[in-house]
Amino acid sequence: MNFAVLQFPASNCDQDCVHAVRVLGHSANLLWHKETSLGNADAVIIPGGFSYGDYLRTGAIARFSPVMQAVQKFADNGGLVLGVCNGFQILCEAGLLPGALIRNRDLQFHCEQVFLKTGNFETPFTNKIPHDKILKIPIAHGEGCYFADEETLAKLKANNQILWQYCDARGNLTDTANPNGSLLNIAGICNERRNVAGLMPHPDRASEEILGSADGRFVFESIFAALKSKIVAQAA
Amino acid sequence: MKAKIIITPKKAVVDPQGKTVQSALEQMGHKGIKAVHVGKYLEIELDAADKEAARQSLDEAAHRFLSNPVIEDYRLEIE
Repeated sequence: MNFAVLQFPASNCDQDCVHAVRVLGHSANLLWHKETSLGNADAVIIPGGFSYGDYLRTGAIARFSPVMQAVQKFADNGGLVLGVCNGFQILCEAGLLPGALIRNRDLQFHCEQVFLKTGNFETPFTNKIPHDKILKIPIAHGEGCYFADEETLAKLKANNQILWQYCDARGNLTDTANPNGSLLNIAGICNERRNVAGLMPHPDRASEEILGSADGRFVFESIFAALKSKIVAQAA
Repeated sequence: MKAKIIITPKKAVVDPQGKTVQSALEQMGHKGIKAVHVGKYLEIELDAADKEAARQSLDEAAHRFLSNPVIEDYRLEIE
């Protein structure tokens, strides 16, 4: 499988995303934000960083980069798109995911390991996560507080679009386990169609044991499996 | 022509910056402060023959890009 990892001015986790995909056995290439075609990409990753310096609002300017039109079309056609951290922020600004990410409630930048409970195992991003597994994945953000109005939150819950929530080591959704004040402890969501997902934690920084946790690989493995089954379905 | 755009967080959005500033003001001795909200202010200088067309164009920019309607309200003034 081939992954296109987008690169905006001041993206800084693009190399981590490429490395994670490669170390797990698939191919990835960097795609500069001015490109208007995704080439032969099977999936798109929008990496973390501070695109455009987070000027105006995080992800506000990146969402208008030329490559995002190709990403929009790709997503409209059912292509898989994963946004990590700044990538999640960009997807929300672009309207590909609902809600917005705002400043952490304690106004501090949080750089630490968090625990995540998976809310829906039937998506291209979660199908390989063991059902009893609490994921240990690092976060590094100053604006990761997920916000959406009551109506949107109700819809997310009803449609099982909440993919990951911050929890303690035992899987309890507590306020202490919530590093940034996100409503409903939301760490990551998907769209209604389940082909676009975003999360603030970094599975790309938890792809190998040497990084402190290799739990991030379950997210990538899920995407590989989803792509493989799509190809099998198309061939049938 | 100069456009002034004031962007403020929506009431439903938690504003920890606003609360922190309020707390600091109170510690400095200011009394009777009911709330503080921290927003953004933009000034755009432009050449435009048609003031109404410029207003519509800037309004669209304010709604689509300069503010995020999910979390912010904006006010546009043109002089």
